[in-house]
Amino acid sequence: MARTLISVPKTAKAGDIVTIKVLISHPMETGFRPGHDGRILPRDIITEFTCRFDGEEVFRAELFPATSANPYLTFTTRATKSGTLSFTWRGDNGFDQTETAAIQVT
Amino acid sequence: MSQARPKTQSRRALLASGTGAALAIALRPVRAAAATRTESTTDAIRRFAGEAPIAPGRVTLDLPPLVENGNAVTITVSVESPMNEADHVRRIALFNEKNPQPNVITVHLGPRAGRAAITTRIRLADTQRITAIAETSDGRYWSASADAIVTLAACLEG
Amino acid sequence: MRLRLMRRGPPLLEGEGQGEVCAPSGEDAKRPNDGAVHREPLPRPVIGWIPDRLSPTLQASGKGRRRPGDPSGEVPHLTPTLYVQERGHARGLLASVAFAVSAVAAEIPPGERRSGFDAMAPETRAMQEDDTSNPGMLWVQDGAELWARAPSADKPACAGCHGAAEAGMRGVAARYPAFDARSARPMDLQGRINTCRREHQGAEPLALEGRDLLSLAAYVANQSRGLAVAPPADPRLDPARAQGRALFTARMGQLGLSCAACHDDNHGRRLGSATIPQGHPTGYPLYRLEWQGLGSLGRRLRNCMTGMRAEPFAAGDPEAIALEAYLMQRAAPLLIETPAVRP
Repeated sequence: MARTLISVPKTAKAGDIVTIKVLISHPMETGFRPGHDGRILPRDIITEFTCRFDGEEVFRAELFPATSANPYLTFTTRATKSGTLSFTWRGDNGFDQTETAAIQVT
Repeated sequence: MSQARPKTQSRRALLASGTGAALAIALRPVRAAAATRTESTTDAIRRFAGEAPIAPGRVTLDLPPLVENGNAVTITVSVESPMNEADHVRRIALFNEKNPQPNVITVHLGPRAGRAAITTRIRLADTQRITAIAETSDGRYWSASADAIVTLAACLEG
Repeated sequence: MRLRLMRRGPPLLEGEGQGEVCAPSGEDAKRPNDGAVHREPLPRPVIGWIPDRLSPTLQASGKGRRRPGDPSGEVPHLTPTLYVQERGHARGLLASVAFAVSAVAAEIPPGERRSGFDAMAPETRAMQEDDTSNPGMLWVQDGAELWARAPSADKPACAGCHGAAEAGMRGVAARYPAFDARSARPMDLQGRINTCRREHQGAEPLALEGRDLLSLAAYVANQSRGLAVAPPADPRLDPARAQGRALFTARMGQLGLSCAACHDDNHGRRLGSATIPQGHPTGYPLYRLEWQGLGSLGRRLRNCMTGMRAEPFAAGDPEAIALEAYLMQRAAPLLIETPAVRP
């Protein structure tokens, strides 16, 4: 499991726009870079990140080799009700990881 | 892109003559830039926007003009939009000019986002122009571009 | 003291003797080999102006250029320049290093010591300052998990003896390297972690520069973040500190540079496009954008030495620990920043 750091406010007022920050441990090997033996290292990147609220997609990103190692992303969502945000990263070599965070909306 | 090659070579020639941080320059970013591009920036933009006209405006692109290290460049894109059901941003895509591949990131959002603004960290293989294009819910496309000068860190590995 | 003076080929700087590989030569051979600090005048380096056509980075960045007629006589920027294509120029030197080097430079007084953080671009500073954006925190979190995990069923975790790191480890990294009585030598934090593993956890040492050891070291050092570097007043460390200072000031490598030539004498100036920091290791292990990952001070020193065209220290080399002991004393009372972010 790759280490992730997810920042979501624990509480928010209904209608608030909350900022979410996500960071995940991943080399994002571009597939364009030679290794020590001079051969190109095979591509190993995260290709897609999805954030869902109670199962419904609220934000999605397609990633490419131009995303830095240990991908970092911030985006916003409007707080409507209390629930669970899920964060899924998918990528090369079957990479597939989901983390969740609860948000309390008052 | 065809002009990427001569640029790279001239930069290499400069490096060989011992310019920029002469202390053990790792040529990795330059090598990356020298790789054949998978697609031109124009083609990638057309794959994103089709034949629709792309107008400058509404999009703000924030990145440092002088980059300390091209491995991680913080970039913020925001789009002026009320972000309601009737009028919102559907997609934002970032394109580079000189990386081996023109796409940087494409995000999909909707009225739920509240704001059309994202921050991420990207790789820039060389000094180049970055373009952001946003698609709004009325099917129109807006864009902004910004230049970044990429410098090399001193005392690199190997 | 072994000398890392890999001088292959012609003399590098005017006035320097031609030495054999790995052999002390010229000025160096005359230095007493007692580990004490010697700072005799160094051979006068060749001062050269960087032709504008060779300095695109400086021009591109809009920063000042050298003007030979500068009345102050001060060199505003520093760019070691390899005259690879200009052999025969400058007396056939392989390298000419454009430095305004005073013969004897003083140590930086405590009140003038500055972290490399201060010279970074605002974006890089912001990356370090926000724990939700600092990628080094990924390793710190890994370290927290390792701290609590026993290496085997019948042996304690780090937490089993030391308790919560927030209390037990606060201030520890600020005091390292420390003298290890059992091995009778100075030990850095990573060495301490591995010694603990062997002696108290019955486990194999973790690989130097491996993710687990970096994570644990970063987690422990993070507990001292915000505390002043506080080298122990332990006289048993004095020989290592003196050796470290001698290494810091010794010219080494094919360019004939020393650590001090950049970090004592020319900090704040530029090497290519990068601002030369004072070289205080306050944030290790740190996330270097160039590495796209976390690394130790040892790795950074190896990068420096490669840049100087000197033979780098091996991982865990006692000389590297001696240098670290001196550097930490030289950095006090700056604050620990682990995990720092640097370009």
